[in-house]
Amino acid sequence: MNLGPHATFIIAAYGSAAVVVLVLISWIALDRRSLTRDLAELEARGIRRRSARLREDA
Amino acid sequence: MTLINLANPTRFMSLSERALSWFAAATLLAFAVGLNLAFQAPDDYQQGATVKIMFLHVPAAWLSMFVWAVMSLAALGTLVWRHPLADVAAKAAAPIGAAFTLICLVSGSLWGRPMWGTYWVWDARLTSVLVLFLMYLGVIALWRAVEDPSRAARAAAILTLVGAVNLPVIKWSVDWWNTLHQPASVMRVDGPAIHPSLLWPLLAMALAFFLLFLTLHLTAMRNEIMRRRLRGMQLAHAGSAAGA
Repeated sequence: MNLGPHATFIIAAYGSAAVVVLVLISWIALDRRSLTRDLAELEARGIRRRSARLREDA
Repeated sequence: MTLINLANPTRFMSLSERALSWFAAATLLAFAVGLNLAFQAPDDYQQGATVKIMFLHVPAAWLSMFVWAVMSLAALGTLVWRHPLADVAAKAAAPIGAAFTLICLVSGSLWGRPMWGTYWVWDARLTSVLVLFLMYLGVIALWRAVEDPSRAARAAAILTLVGAVNLPVIKWSVDWWNTLHQPASVMRVDGPAIHPSLLWPLLAMALAFFLLFLTLHLTAMRNEIMRRRLRGMQLAHAGSAAGA
């Protein structure tokens, strides 16, 4: 594939977009992992959501 | 399925969990098809191969405005209907919208240098998109500055609705003012003024970007619901510990 005399600009545009999208995906995935871990820790200590306690009581 | 059904965060979590893997697969497929079409598209007779930047720049620009429109609808949901997921949707969308706007600005700058001879010019289109990016950062900062989520939601909703004034300014800036940026060539009253060999790859990439937004937004909304559950559990535990 020949990208012509301005290949650097085309590659830089696609490369920078890929970096932005990958950073965004990583940030959301890491946030999810951290929240899941924190919720699991609280539940392991016996701290539950009110709705979960109500379900268990019922 | 109605909006009332989706107003229940537990039901939303259950439905979104099932939908997410399908959306993620569709996003990957759409990007594979879109990028393939984009890099097989012919060069433009004037711009040469740099027209390939359009397949990235234009969908990112569309999404940058679409996400703010979604946030504006969510802001109405917060202020008028008090929908329990409205502020969750708005807060989750803001960083994604900021990322699309950044891609739009950077790719536009890299397209402008070989075509216009400059990376940046303070014309109405470029400046109004930069203002949109700064507004995204402002809303994100506001969400982080106010600790109580419901107070932050109301303040962010008002800021979002005020910022929505910028959307028509961005769209019609190229018609209202004399700009270096070209006028619209796809969303026109008399139909697209772009050759089908370039239009189809552009639409395929736009679909891929839209699906990417959908997937990331659902995931970020799920994160935000988990964050609020976590906060609620911590507050309830702290309250019961203090009362004991």
